[in-house]
Amino acid sequence: MNPVNYLYLAALLFTIGATGVLIRRNAIVVFMCVELMLNACNLAFVTFSRMHGNLDGQVIAFFTMVVAAAEVVVGLAIIVSLFRSRHSASVDDASLMKL
Amino acid sequence: MSAQLAAAATLSAGTSTGEAFQFWVLGTVAVAGALCTVFMRRAVHSALCLAGTMIILAVFYLANGAYFLGVVQIVVYTGAIMMLFLFVVMLVGVTAADSLKETIKGQRWLALLCGLGFGILLAAGVGNASLKEFTGLGQANANGNVEGLAALIFTKYVFAFEITGALLITAAVGAMVLTHRERTERAKTQREMSEERVRGKHLPPLPAPGVYARHNAVDVAGLLPDGTPAELSVMQTLRQRGQIRDVSAEAISDLKALEQRAEDRLERTNSGPGKGSNRGEASK
Repeated sequence: MNPVNYLYLAALLFTIGATGVLIRRNAIVVFMCVELMLNACNLAFVTFSRMHGNLDGQVIAFFTMVVAAAEVVVGLAIIVSLFRSRHSASVDDASLMKL
Repeated sequence: MSAQLAAAATLSAGTSTGEAFQFWVLGTVAVAGALCTVFMRRAVHSALCLAGTMIILAVFYLANGAYFLGVVQIVVYTGAIMMLFLFVVMLVGVTAADSLKETIKGQRWLALLCGLGFGILLAAGVGNASLKEFTGLGQANANGNVEGLAALIFTKYVFAFEITGALLITAAVGAMVLTHRERTERAKTQREMSEERVRGKHLPPLPAPGVYARHNAVDVAGLLPDGTPAELSVMQTLRQRGQIRDVSAEAISDLKALEQRAEDRLERTNSGPGKGSNRGEASK
């Protein structure tokens, strides 16, 4: 087996996550799909690192994890405060700016 | 040892059979977990499926020679981030399942089409690149994976690392600011609370919720002697949200049906005035 298969798997997971972001309306699930996309990117980075034989890809994946952690903290705080004010976690309900 | 490393450093065209087997088995499970994340109706199930997918990805990192990242993936992602997700799901309401009604017509099919096209594009991109051989991490990991990563992070990527620290602190402060609620009124003192209680309507403690013997839950109003529910016995928060489960009517009808069945079994002919209504209740 060639490690390229890992890249195909990463592409598939990324696609599933992107489709989920488009389909789902529960803000938390949308957020989980974004996490899935980030994880797919990490898998691609790790595979690249192996294919090229240096550790730079792993360092980038490490930074991606840190950024993902920060993103989750802020995003979930936004979801919680949105839920407090609107009593719903659906992204359709946050439509105050709509004309 | 050095001969092995030299062999590993040269270009190789394939991995071991064991790794291929692991890839196909776990990869299938990972894709299934990802699909479940997207298509499960309840957020809790989605979160659990995503946690499974992340653990499998950690195994893949380990298989790819990223030992540090594999452990970090389990500790940070499945341990911290997914549990944070579960906590927020708990706060926001587990029962809130997504409605399946489409708000934008044809959005779902368009989204699936877009996803399909995007996937084909990505796969074609990967397939077009000439990736017949790979180097492998044998040489890069020769002094240990963690040591190699540390050498890179603290030399070449040291600025990115510092900025990452600033980012994390900003995120922590941001989360606190976003979820913090300023108190708009003065907190009541103990004296004011006790005076309010003595002068108010209810001097004794509020009645307890739950109906014994048939229901025992905080969202069920206790029944008064005449069978009507006592709204006051349910917690104020639940009352405001309208999440009171009212069982008084069905409890009474259940009881009537039960009595009717007992009478039927004992073959008593009930000629009382309540017979007609009892029949009606039982047939419901």
